Amino acid sequence: MRTLVWYYLRVHISFSLVIVKIYWQLFSTFFKIGAFTFGGGWAMISIIEREIVDKFHWIERNEFLDLLAVAQSLPGILAVNIATAVGDRLRGGKGSAVAALGTILPSFIIILLIAIFLTPDIIKNNRTIASIFMGIRPAVVALIIAPVITSAKAAKLNRKTFWIPILVALMISLDLGTVSNPVLYIVLGAIGGWATLVWYPNHKRKKS
Amino acid sequence: MQIYWQLIWAYIKIGIFGFGGGYAMLSLVEKAVVAPGWITEQSFTDILAISQMTPGPIGINSATYIGYLAPGQVNPELASPGWGILGAVLATLAVVLPSFFLVLYASHFIRRHNESGVIKAIFAGLRPVVVGLIASAAILLMNAANFCPDHETRTLIASVIICAIAFCLVYFPIPAGNGRKVKLHPILVICLAGLAGFFLYGL
Repeated sequence: MRTLVWYYLRVHISFSLVIVKIYWQLFSTFFKIGAFTFGGGWAMISIIEREIVDKFHWIERNEFLDLLAVAQSLPGILAVNIATAVGDRLRGGKGSAVAALGTILPSFIIILLIAIFLTPDIIKNNRTIASIFMGIRPAVVALIIAPVITSAKAAKLNRKTFWIPILVALMISLDLGTVSNPVLYIVLGAIGGWATLVWYPNHKRKKS
Repeated sequence: MQIYWQLIWAYIKIGIFGFGGGYAMLSLVEKAVVAPGWITEQSFTDILAISQMTPGPIGINSATYIGYLAPGQVNPELASPGWGILGAVLATLAVVLPSFFLVLYASHFIRRHNESGVIKAIFAGLRPVVVGLIASAAILLMNAANFCPDHETRTLIASVIICAIAFCLVYFPIPAGNGRKVKLHPILVICLAGLAGFFLYGL
């Protein structure tokens, strides 16, 4: 009897340790991502892709693109939206809370420390910090170019679809007001996907 | 105390209507906090500069900073770190929570209808668009503020070289002995670029 209780306890403890470990990995991964996000949510994509798709194999690259679409089409801060979507995909509501908190905390702590202990001028006119950022900013652009290529491969663009990302990127980066609103192209893409299903139901079925 | 309710309400609105992430939200933030006199125009500019110079999403950074400063600005009795931290917590939560629940609800909905052909077709249509979205983010960031803030040709050339090297380091695997190949971690590349900036401009 005692061995049975002991055995049960051991299984139970190791099981809950595994669960705790997953939450901890989720939290620490997104904490790292939050701490090294310079220049908005898109700069996170390289880091998230590396950690979640390549290192932990938590989700497929294609599925990651789907989560990005969800995160971008809803209002709010993109970085937090991505964290919420990935956390929910892995561990449901609790996972998304852990991931979102991990993304927010580094900024929150750093800004509070600055607000409490420093005056804005010390940082704003600091030559060393400014010079470090002159190096980081062009590298951040490179970190966004890399996922363009990996995601283009993952999306399996073909002769019929390769013009879509080019057109979307052009229209949005021209910054023409409503025509350049990313949400517009997400809606159009969704309608396009749905229309393909309606017009070519057999074609679709053959493909998948 | 009223200022805390006003902060929460203002940031909930920003969280709900702020499409398109950080920079698109800033005009909303400015209207919400400068007009009622919570933050002066000058300190708003300072807050933006610091939010850009610290890691983390700019929307979170500015919410935390404004939430910390606003109570003390409106009511001198609240100008202590304790009251400021309360404001920072409330403003940050208020800007995050609306979209948190929206994303959670949307992703539950999608998972429930995971097997439906319509959802699959919609996402198949969305993938090429998302590739374009990422590309547009990269193109929009290739601007003077990021590549030559001091308008000098030397800086521009150095920035282009840093960008090209950073891309190669992240994208192409490097031989790491005994036939293995590793890709450098993006965080390491950011640190290296920061070092390069320090040695190029900081000395």
